[in-house]
Parts: sequence; structure tokens; C-alpha cells
Amino acid sequence: MKVQLRNPTRELEIEGPVTVSNLLAQLDLNRESHLVIEDGTLVPADKMLSPNAVVEIRSVISGGSQ
Amino acid sequence: MKCRVCRGPAVIDIRRHNANFCPEHFMKLCRDQTAKAIKQFDMFEPGDRLLVAVSGGKDSLAVWDLLTELGYDADGFYVGLGIGDYSETSADFARRFASDRGLTLHTEDLLRDHGFDVPHGSRAAKRAPCSACGLSKRHLFDEAARRGGYDAIVTGHNLDDEAAVLMGNVLHWHTDYLARQAPLLSARDGFPKKAKPLVRLTERETAAYCVLRGIDYLVDECPMAVGNKHLSYKEALNDIERQSPGAKHDFYFRFLDQAAHRFATGDLATDDDRPALAPCSRCGAPTNNEICSFCALTDRATSAVPLRLGRTRRGRDTTTQGVAP
Repeated sequence: MKVQLRNPTRELEIEGPVTVSNLLAQLDLNRESHLVIEDGTLVPADKMLSPNAVVEIRSVISGGSQ
Repeated sequence: MKCRVCRGPAVIDIRRHNANFCPEHFMKLCRDQTAKAIKQFDMFEPGDRLLVAVSGGKDSLAVWDLLTELGYDADGFYVGLGIGDYSETSADFARRFASDRGLTLHTEDLLRDHGFDVPHGSRAAKRAPCSACGLSKRHLFDEAARRGGYDAIVTGHNLDDEAAVLMGNVLHWHTDYLARQAPLLSARDGFPKKAKPLVRLTERETAAYCVLRGIDYLVDECPMAVGNKHLSYKEALNDIERQSPGAKHDFYFRFLDQAAHRFATGDLATDDDRPALAPCSRCGAPTNNEICSFCALTDRATSAVPLRLGRTRRGRDTTTQGVAP
């Protein structure tokens, strides 16, 4: 499957099928600070992503010092 | 996963609530948590005119959308910071959000209106970019609220923002900052009221709200914020949250409930104890100096600065005078 990441923008090829939570674990990404988006909407942690899926993993952390 | 409310298919799990939600009930949760924060901290009066500080990012657009959904009269205010493509793109997101919904967005531009931008101005003034940026935005938001007769300035600070600031202040025992850290700062001494209605929502929740509401926001991070301490505190807190769901909420809200009053001196001090503020001789903003911090920054940021040209044959640096844009 194709996995798009931001900051910096890059694309990875990951072997599927895999659940959303396992995908994040494989990439060592924290579920508390990332969303997984497929076809413009959120996909839940237990969703099995197909080998042909195209997903975006979006970091939600932002902001400078205050 | 099933939605806790309707048992339909869930799209998001919120571990700190030990619950999953479908899009409809997740967005309701966000509205309810925002309304609860507004009520809990007595943020607004009926009929208040609100000015939302808009950056084009997820939090400011989410809070503007949520306030509008909750029936508040809220306009937006955007400041162009001159951070290259990042600023131009963020302005596009802010304008598009406002025009698509028929909302009023006021804009100001640091370079056009004040003669400097954040990258050059912070360097000339020898300040960290985030510090110069924050100071400028706070001043311009205050001024815009006073000028427009708004009752409060609203910012999109969320639970992660507040918990990260608290962590930084506790790590270094900045007791003066701890005294002022609250979701609502009352109007006083000529400064407008400031409210943070998203303090009951995490950053993941505001981002999820935007995705599910179809709010197009600037995902890319500010290039000048990369590597700052605030972001590292957020990552550290999220590592703790992963092990202990609800830790960020407890850290911040128990501070507010059980500890904040121990540091409170500023707002509780009598009028006699406070330093007397007078209008800035340049712009009229309240200050305890002859000119306010923003006018002092503008002076330094627009003054001539030495440009290093390199070494001469004699091995000494040469400098010449340059001018910030």
C-alpha cells in the first residue's frame, strides 16, 4: 500500500494488509499524535487496510512557543 | 469499533474517554466540550462580539467553526508574518474558510503595515523567531480588538498547547508565568479579554474535527518553529499519554483546580500593587514603559543591521550597514 506522510512530504510502500494501529506501530508513530486518513475521512485503529490502499498519516502536532 | 452513542461504525477512538465515535457524535462531542469550557470558565456573555485569532491552521479554524456552530457572533483576524510560502499559503486557507462560510476576516500584514517580517525582524532584533512572532501577534490582536470594539479575543489553544506550556513552566519553575496560565484572562488595564475555548480538546481531536467537518487547513508546520522546545514538550506528553490515557487532561485541569491559585498574584493583586500602565507614546497601547514592547521591537527590527561580508586579505571581518526589509 502507499502511505503518504507530511512534514516533510514523503511516500512509503508498506506491505499489506495491515491494521491502522499496526501500521502506526510499524512506523514507530504515536497514535496520540497521528491520524490516518483514507478517501478523505478518518479510519479507525482496528480497520484492516488492503494491500492496494492509499492512506495519509497526518501528524497533528503544531505550534511555536507561546 | 462501534460508536458509544449510536452503535454505528466508529471512525475515531478517544482513549482518555474510553470511547469510540462515529463522525456525527464525535463532532457533537467537540461542540459539547467547547460549550462546557465556555461555561466552566465563564468566558462569554450573551451577545458578545468575538474576534478569533486565525492562522489558517486546524485549531484556529476549528474554534471559529465551533463558535459559529454554537451561535456566537465571531469574526476572524489574520496577521501576515512574512514567512515565505508558509505565510502565503496560510493566508489562502484563512480567506477560503471565511469566504466559503460568509464570515468576516480582517487582515493585517507585518511587512506592509509595520515595515518588517518575522524572519528578518527577529534576526535584526536578536530575538527568537517564535518570540518576535508571538509578541507581534499578541499586540496586533489586542489592537484589532480595541479598534473593532470586540468583547474578547479567542485563540485556538488546545489541551496539548496548555499542557505543554505548563510543562515548560513547571520544569523551569517560571512562577510568574504559572500565575497567568488560565483558559480565560479577564480584560484589565486596557487589555482585552482573552479566551481559549478549546482547552478541553486535544490536538488530535481538533485535527479530527477538521477532517470530519471538511475544513481544509494548512497541515504543514511553520518552518521557523521546527525544533523548538514547545514541540518537544508536546511529544514527551504524548508519550506519557500513550501509556496513561487522560494524563494530559489531569496534568492541566488539576493544576487549574489545585495549584494555579498558589501562584496567582497578578490578577489578584490590588490596583495599588500593580505597576501603573500608561499609553505607549507611539501607538497608545497600555505599557509600563514609554513605548510598548511591540513598538520597541519594530524599532529594532527596522533599524540598520550590520551585514557580515566575510574576511579581507588581512584576515579581519568587514561589515557594512544593511536595512531590514
